[in-house]
Amino acid sequence: MKERFATGFDPFVLPFLVGMIFVLGYCLYGIFRILFQLPRQDRRKFLLSLITPSTAIKNIWDIFANCLLHIKLWKRNKMLGFMHSSIAFGWFMIILLGHIEVMVYCPERVRLLYYPIFFNYFVAENESTIGGAVLFFLMDFFLLLILTGIALAMVKRVRSRIFGMRRTTRPSALDRVGLYSLWAIFPLRLLAESFTAHISGGSFLTIPANWVFRQFLGNDLNMLPTWWAYSIALGVFMVVLPFTRYMHIPAEMMLIPMRNAGLKIRHPRRGFAKVEVLSCPGCGVCIDACPMSVQKKNIKDCTVYLNRQIRRGNEKRIEEISDKCLLCGKCEAVCQVGVEGPKLRIAQRSARRYGITPDFSGMDVSGMTASAKGSKVLYFAGCMTKLTPSIGKAVCSLLDKAGVDYTWMDREEGLCCGRPLMTAGRIDAALGLVKKNEEIILGSGADTLVLSCPICYKIFSERYSLPGVRVVNYADYFSELVEQGRLNVSKSDICYVYHDPCELGRGCGIYESPRRLIGQAAGIAEAPACREESICCGGSLGSLTLDFSQREAMTRKALDNLYASRADAVATACPLCLATFSRYSERPVRDLAQVLDASAERVEVK
Amino acid sequence: MDSRIILIIGGGVAGMEAARQLFLLGYQPVIVEKSDHLGGHVAGWHKLFPDMMSASSLIETMAGGLDGVTVYLKTTVATMNRLTSGFSVVLSNGTTLLCGAILMASGFRLFDASRKEEYGYGVYDHVITNSDLEHWFNTGEDDRIPENPSHIAFVHCVGSRDLKAGNPQCSKVCCMTAIKQAIEMKEKFPGSEVWCFYMDLRLFGKKYEDFYINAQRDHGVHFVRGRVSEVSEDIDGKVILKAEDTLAGHQVKLKADLLVLMAGMLCNEETPVLASMVRADVDSDGFMRSRDNIYRINESSRPGVFFAGACTGTKTVPETVAEARAAALDIHNYLVGNG
Amino acid sequence: MVDFGFGLSKSSAVRLDQVDLSLYRKLEVLEPGVRTCMSCGSCSATCTAGPWSGMSVRKVILNLQRGKDVSAMMQNCMLCGKCSMVCPRGINTRHLILSLCRIYGERK
Repeated sequence: MKERFATGFDPFVLPFLVGMIFVLGYCLYGIFRILFQLPRQDRRKFLLSLITPSTAIKNIWDIFANCLLHIKLWKRNKMLGFMHSSIAFGWFMIILLGHIEVMVYCPERVRLLYYPIFFNYFVAENESTIGGAVLFFLMDFFLLLILTGIALAMVKRVRSRIFGMRRTTRPSALDRVGLYSLWAIFPLRLLAESFTAHISGGSFLTIPANWVFRQFLGNDLNMLPTWWAYSIALGVFMVVLPFTRYMHIPAEMMLIPMRNAGLKIRHPRRGFAKVEVLSCPGCGVCIDACPMSVQKKNIKDCTVYLNRQIRRGNEKRIEEISDKCLLCGKCEAVCQVGVEGPKLRIAQRSARRYGITPDFSGMDVSGMTASAKGSKVLYFAGCMTKLTPSIGKAVCSLLDKAGVDYTWMDREEGLCCGRPLMTAGRIDAALGLVKKNEEIILGSGADTLVLSCPICYKIFSERYSLPGVRVVNYADYFSELVEQGRLNVSKSDICYVYHDPCELGRGCGIYESPRRLIGQAAGIAEAPACREESICCGGSLGSLTLDFSQREAMTRKALDNLYASRADAVATACPLCLATFSRYSERPVRDLAQVLDASAERVEVK
Repeated sequence: MDSRIILIIGGGVAGMEAARQLFLLGYQPVIVEKSDHLGGHVAGWHKLFPDMMSASSLIETMAGGLDGVTVYLKTTVATMNRLTSGFSVVLSNGTTLLCGAILMASGFRLFDASRKEEYGYGVYDHVITNSDLEHWFNTGEDDRIPENPSHIAFVHCVGSRDLKAGNPQCSKVCCMTAIKQAIEMKEKFPGSEVWCFYMDLRLFGKKYEDFYINAQRDHGVHFVRGRVSEVSEDIDGKVILKAEDTLAGHQVKLKADLLVLMAGMLCNEETPVLASMVRADVDSDGFMRSRDNIYRINESSRPGVFFAGACTGTKTVPETVAEARAAALDIHNYLVGNG
Repeated sequence: MVDFGFGLSKSSAVRLDQVDLSLYRKLEVLEPGVRTCMSCGSCSATCTAGPWSGMSVRKVILNLQRGKDVSAMMQNCMLCGKCSMVCPRGINTRHLILSLCRIYGERK
């Protein structure tokens, strides 16, 4: 290899250089800005995590696996995974190999940003070596890989269903500029390298192409313009990158270490939230996942559009989108980047200014503390269960059958757990209720608190500080009672399909114990969408603005999914799901406790 | 018009009365009734307001007028097809009829009170419906009704005027039924206190207000304006009702020995299916759509298909009987070409 | 003037034709469902905060319609959502309350 130009420069590299310098500068500025926005503690935590070997290794692996190989996407849909990883990984390899080429053949140019990119223009092959042939082969191979990916991306625009997506996002105008320049980059690179291949050398792709072109284009006049075009495409892509969804490429590399450092959203727009929003690739997987998207008018209220509106600063739409959401968490479960749609929305809600602030400090709960006293086991049913008395009755019957000495702490009067205020973004008020409930529970002298409502369970397990008290969901608790032989369960011949309530499944990660119990008490079937991908019943308290009539379509969609299992009846583990499904279901709907109670017998103590 | 056969779907008071009238006019009415008895819901009732007439004797009287009328019990309509003149009808028992007109007298169904789960019907031991109570008046058999109740509560509008229960309409007769039943309970258990929880008292008919006054003055029935929205059960199995006394403006609780739910009226589930066979329309309230709700209540939007009674909306017994007679005359006029 | 030691107390009757409905009008825009309340009392019967504070969505709505201040009552709302569950007219009471809290915020 020898260099063709002593200067090592040609004006065509300028568009690329401008773009590159701009995007690097922009990202550096962004990094500092975000670091500055983080609360002091978080910043310390983050910087420390970067130099902690265990997290550093995890960071590198996560970035490699998620940003380049897109492992999560592969699991979702192989075509989608291949498309993304071929472009990302292929591009990464081309850059890497470009640098190796420069280091091997002209190490003195290593500091020039553009040299590895336009290497083939600047060199001429004067001898072929095995090493050179391997390098050139790899370059062509990865270029081919990327071109396949780009071709698939084009197909996806028209036929998204092949990629397992019913609906995709509508790109904004700038997104389109980014998209088309990205599509243009690699075909142009192929052309440029092909036109140059008889000088610079090439491999299985570029040399035959060069031969073909030379059959009807007798001179080298096309060479420079294609290199120009290639450089311009790169330049345009990088200049628009910060203002398009492609910002997710650098942002995700920031998000992964921040998440690994344990950072959380502390401000609706700044710091970690900002990185999450910028990390959204706008792929639109969340659109199909969203239970609201069953109605076309709600499609623009999915997380991908929240991120877009936050980036645009459209306050009116941000508010609408944030308030409408059911907070079921499915978008987060399917998101390959891990954008926390529900938390992001709660953060927006929490920034709202209200003229009336709830205040529970003056509430005298001594009467409730007194009535909670008496047993080591407390049962907290929660507000909603008052409206679905069959749950409370079944839970008590089961506790009686197992011979548990318990007290139903909110049988007469009780306070709300605080979760509904929390989801409405009124966090201080929610913590006020948490404090009052803590007072009652700690004053009761109990050591176990059983909860049948997953809405309560979520906040009890996350926000309550109850030293010496074990907080347990009834599914887990009854599982233990069955294991210990304190409940004798026989199998009935009814077949249930289990619906994972959002707060219990995605919210608290409890998937197995309810299934195990139902399996012991009756037959069990699975719906097509279950566990992490379970469809919200539509009754969620998470939504502030969806009114009664707007939710029906969502409930029916969730029911259709459950019916597809061909089970006789529906079982769930949440009073709100029970009430919501019962309203429209053609098949019986039962709570987990009812299913279990129907099959459980008292174990006689000898 | 060739056929003098008239298909009457439903053998309740509407169907029975229409059949009698059509028979007197010289037609051959055929009653198709899905249950094993004539009289519909009224047959299961004890006494009818406002005269406290015995429901069974009314049905007996009405059935006495059906001599010569074909009645198919435990039978449903399988198919109905419109012909150039009249209809061809196949029944579930295999009978095929060629009839000149069809009268839908398919009535209503009682709201399934267990669907308002917060009231604990089917969950708690002492919660019954208005229909259960009438059944008890007739038979004296119901374990849910305690020996000597000291407090009896009636909750109005269960499954009526309630979007959440899928029925935003007023069921019209429940207010009056509740007052009637409250008085009957008070007569049976003079020592008990009877409480009616209502949203609005809609006592529109002849002598209805007298009943209300009677309940207040002679029986001391308590009326609380507030919709019960939560019912729990205490350790003794008594039900605890929570409501707001909206006139006094505070929450009230009542520990009662018996809770009676005034289940509302919904259109029968089979009615829209039947209607679709002859392309009659279902209205926004779930009942059948009349040509108008003032002048042509008995007529559907399709020629030859007529309505009588509660299939077009909630009705009292006298209203149903009057409608049945009107429908018979409408059918006659239609068949002789006066329609 | 002779001071008799007492003044004529103002009539406590609400003059419906002179009521200040500005709060209510703003609420109607944010939560139109408020118009369909029939004062059945379901919400206040089931209200978790009710026994503590006399909180009642029914009273909130009615007082607003009569031009009265309701801020004190609203301080105890736990937003638990039971009122939304039981409302026979399907009013989104939680949104109603949050909207009202907001309107009060804008007035300051």
